[in-house]
Amino acid sequence: MTTSTRPEDVPVVAPPPDVPPSRRSRRRGFGGVGEPHPNPWVYVVLTGGLVLLVGPFLWMLLGSFRPDRELKQVPPAWLPQDPTLDNYRTLFTELDFVTYFVNSTVVAAAVTLGNIVFCSMLGYALAKLDFPGKRVIFVLVLGTLMIPAVVTLVPLFVLVSNLGMVNTYPGLIFPFLAGPFGVFLMRQFISSLPDELIHAARVDGAGEWRIFRSIILPLCKPALATLGILTFLTSWNNFLWPLVVAQTEERYTLPVALAIYAIGENKADYGLLMAGSVAIIVPVLLVFLALQRHFVQGIAMTGIK
Amino acid sequence: MATVTAGGKPSATRRRPDRGRRREVAAGYLFAAPFLLLFLVFTIGPVLASFFMSFTDLKARDIRNPFAIELVGLDNYAQLLDDETFRKTVVNTAYFVGVGLPLTMGIALAVAVGLNSGITRFRTLFRTGYYLPVVTSIVAISVVWRFLLEPDSGIVNTLLGYVGIDGPSWLNTTATAMPSLIAMATWRNLGSLVVIFLAGLQLVPREMHEAASIDGAGAWGRFRHITLPMMRPTILFAGVVTMIGYLQFFEEPLIMTQGGPLDSTLSTAYYTYNQFGFGNYSYAAAMAYVLFLVVALATALLFKLLGSKD
Repeated sequence: MTTSTRPEDVPVVAPPPDVPPSRRSRRRGFGGVGEPHPNPWVYVVLTGGLVLLVGPFLWMLLGSFRPDRELKQVPPAWLPQDPTLDNYRTLFTELDFVTYFVNSTVVAAAVTLGNIVFCSMLGYALAKLDFPGKRVIFVLVLGTLMIPAVVTLVPLFVLVSNLGMVNTYPGLIFPFLAGPFGVFLMRQFISSLPDELIHAARVDGAGEWRIFRSIILPLCKPALATLGILTFLTSWNNFLWPLVVAQTEERYTLPVALAIYAIGENKADYGLLMAGSVAIIVPVLLVFLALQRHFVQGIAMTGIK
Repeated sequence: MATVTAGGKPSATRRRPDRGRRREVAAGYLFAAPFLLLFLVFTIGPVLASFFMSFTDLKARDIRNPFAIELVGLDNYAQLLDDETFRKTVVNTAYFVGVGLPLTMGIALAVAVGLNSGITRFRTLFRTGYYLPVVTSIVAISVVWRFLLEPDSGIVNTLLGYVGIDGPSWLNTTATAMPSLIAMATWRNLGSLVVIFLAGLQLVPREMHEAASIDGAGAWGRFRHITLPMMRPTILFAGVVTMIGYLQFFEEPLIMTQGGPLDSTLSTAYYTYNQFGFGNYSYAAAMAYVLFLVVALATALLFKLLGSKD
């Protein structure tokens, strides 16, 4: 499949680093000629926006602790009147939540590992080795970022069926092992490393693989961390292909399982659905909050400015 | 191992002996091979196969024997033109992108300018908060929004009720279903555009704003004549990325409305998926290619509208 999900799901850029306070105050000291002093209304509007942006998450979290009758109550109570963990209990007892969680994790981990290995190898070749056709390869790989996921859906399914990989981990993993975004990221990053390192190693008689493994890769750690996190996230949230390939419950990933419950007979069982949503969303939010630094680095490395 | 860094000797100009050159070419192909192999099998191959399939009568039952099929020329494409549901999905997709794209970009630009207007307190908090929805699963978000938009017990209509508005049954009414999906898409994608725009705003030289202020230009004038033109490449990039995503919207209607009511939220990508599900493989492939063509044309159009005017 072309792009892992939709291009906009890949946070190509992430929050830019904050201007250090010292510099910021210096910039403000321009005597008010440039930007005016912060208008208090800016705070009011931005805070209102923030409430709208974060509110749905809070409502989801609160909903996941409400018993069924409270979820149907009109008008709804602000805070759960009778908080319960039953919805979470149902995830583990009546549904095979652990299986979905393991599936999502296994698939995302394998896809991440594959992209780290294959994208950094191709990225190195495109950035530092000279060989005929490398421009064509780069343009071709980047060009596929534009191709809608449904374009490859049919042939990919025919292929995977004929390989006997429907409803298997390989079927879920293989189409995403080599993604275009990682190639772009790694090529940009490796291009910025000095050529002299490589020349010096060659003079010392190191082989190309040794140079890549012992010199380039250790220097790529920040880029690999960014690539790893973004790939894991994209895979974790990926939906269309797993929906097609995972055909029985043992192979459902979390989004597939949630979607099937959400449009099936549990359509109105919002307690369960909110608990399931929390289970998909909250780990990701925690990882994002903990590792913002790496998202921040994405911006410098993809060179988008 | 010596790690002699830059001695000031530009080694790039030094021609390496032929043996070294051949070794480098071989290494280049070897390093590229694993990615390219996977890429050919799982991306390039399927992209080409899909194009071929769109001129055949491939159905689900032919799956074990995909080459025992008939060529039917442009039949699938002709059938698309006659397919009223398909035409409806094109209108729906145009509606979603035509309203959603400018809305998301406009609000994101306003937020970015606000965040960049010299506020120092809570800047990180705002930026992080606006970015949160971007990292979340669309499926989960769609489920949550359906819960928010429940006609009676939903929080949206409850809040509207406080100000005396009797909110509709958002997702079950043809007039409000699509706007609801657009609102959710805007909510979810805002953050990534804010971040892109913030990065772009760093490139607008303050001196230009200062000079214009001295010449008496107001805030709006400076935004219109300095910020916007300087931001054009950033806006173009953000517009292209967002549009490519929006043109493929699928999860939102699948979870929230199942394409209803009366197909009013059935998108082209969703309809393609449905046709695939019905086993009409070649028909789905033709539809996917039409979508691909639209993505390519719309991207070209954006480049023409926003690209360099020099």
